[in-house]
Amino acid sequence: MATEEESAVKEPLDLIRLSLDERIYVKLRSDRELRGKLHAYDQHLNMILGDVEEVVTTVEIDDETYEEIVRTTKRTVPFLFVRGDGVILVSPPLRTA
Amino acid sequence: MSGKFIHYFDLLDVYVRSSVDVAAFGFPSPQLRFFSLRANMLFFSYFKDLVGREVTVELKNDLAIRGTLHSVDQYLNIKLENTRVVDQDKYPHMLSVRNCFIRGSVVRYVQLPPEGVDIELLHDATRREARGG
Repeated sequence: MATEEESAVKEPLDLIRLSLDERIYVKLRSDRELRGKLHAYDQHLNMILGDVEEVVTTVEIDDETYEEIVRTTKRTVPFLFVRGDGVILVSPPLRTA
Repeated sequence: MSGKFIHYFDLLDVYVRSSVDVAAFGFPSPQLRFFSLRANMLFFSYFKDLVGREVTVELKNDLAIRGTLHSVDQYLNIKLENTRVVDQDKYPHMLSVRNCFIRGSVVRYVQLPPEGVDIELLHDATRREARGG
């Protein structure tokens, strides 16, 4: 009925539809990144991800040398609902690992 | 493949979707209820089915609150019961808070219990929503 429609990318959200059940990369506000399997999404980019790895990047300024110290904090969560208003970009299946 | 059957099914779908109060029809299975709700209500219906389970809500100010999901509305506002702040040393002023309402817009994440995630159901509902919305 709609096989050719289903595979075509006509609007931006189609790209995300094709990433369903695939591991995606999500960049969020406040220097957060997620990698996880996309299980659900809606037009707001609210999402449910599985086997999620979150990386938070923080930059601290050294008191004496004024050097920037970049720290990344990683954690994993089995299932995560992500509210869409924090999403900056979504990238389809990761080719590597 | 029977075209008539599909047609009937689409009609049924539209009929159910346009009904104001689906719950009033008293569908026996939560699965049916989950599928038959109006378009763009995916996460609202999902969270409604999650009522009664333990979740951790992480807010945009980094506060994380764990509690039993009491209720949710269309804006994904959340009411939690038996709450406790995950990092109590950092937020001691929240120690006495046992129930709370969380405005949907301040939520960053909700950590979901694995037993509360039916992957197949979510995939189907998402495809349905993508088609309808």
